Amino acid sequence: MQTLYLTLALFLLLNLGAGMWRVLRGPTSADRMLAVQLFGTTAVAILLLLAQTYNKAALHDVALIFALLAAVTSIAFVRRAWPNRGGKHGTD
Amino acid sequence: MVLINYISSLLLIIGGFFFLAGTLGLVRFPDVYTRLHALTKADNVGLGLIVMGLAIQAESWFVVGKLLLIWLLVMLTGACVAHLVAGGALQRGIRVWKQ
Repeated sequence: MQTLYLTLALFLLLNLGAGMWRVLRGPTSADRMLAVQLFGTTAVAILLLLAQTYNKAALHDVALIFALLAAVTSIAFVRRAWPNRGGKHGTD
Repeated sequence: MVLINYISSLLLIIGGFFFLAGTLGLVRFPDVYTRLHALTKADNVGLGLIVMGLAIQAESWFVVGKLLLIWLLVMLTGACVAHLVAGGALQRGIRVWKQ
């Protein structure tokens, strides 16, 4: 089972690498933030797999923090840091 | 014990497949709304399957509860972020993709 866990974690890491392409390419900043959302979800999955592999319960807490931080990052981006090019709705 | 291992492996592999689908959607889809659709749904299903695969192997109910809690939190944030990003993109005049 250990091998399967580690292989799957590596596979998810490669998924993250493919998601980096969207960060480099993405035409709008929203596309780049979507890659951040992908990173959050995938990092949680990888950490859960590692916690099971190495039998370290503390990694569950790290996964929880990652999930929280991904949400805070995206919400802060949408509410504060997204450049408002249209300008007709004010600064919101 | 062996049967549980098989079921767990199956769930984990299907979960990995859903993650692959989400990443493919993020890379290949044409605009921000379709990417949002691929990402926030497929990834949460993949995470749910991986959590299930790990939960049936967990040694205590405490760990199972924690795993389910993490999954619920990720689903909640996924839904919130999808709404916020889609609403913000519409408000900022990003066009919806049409064939």
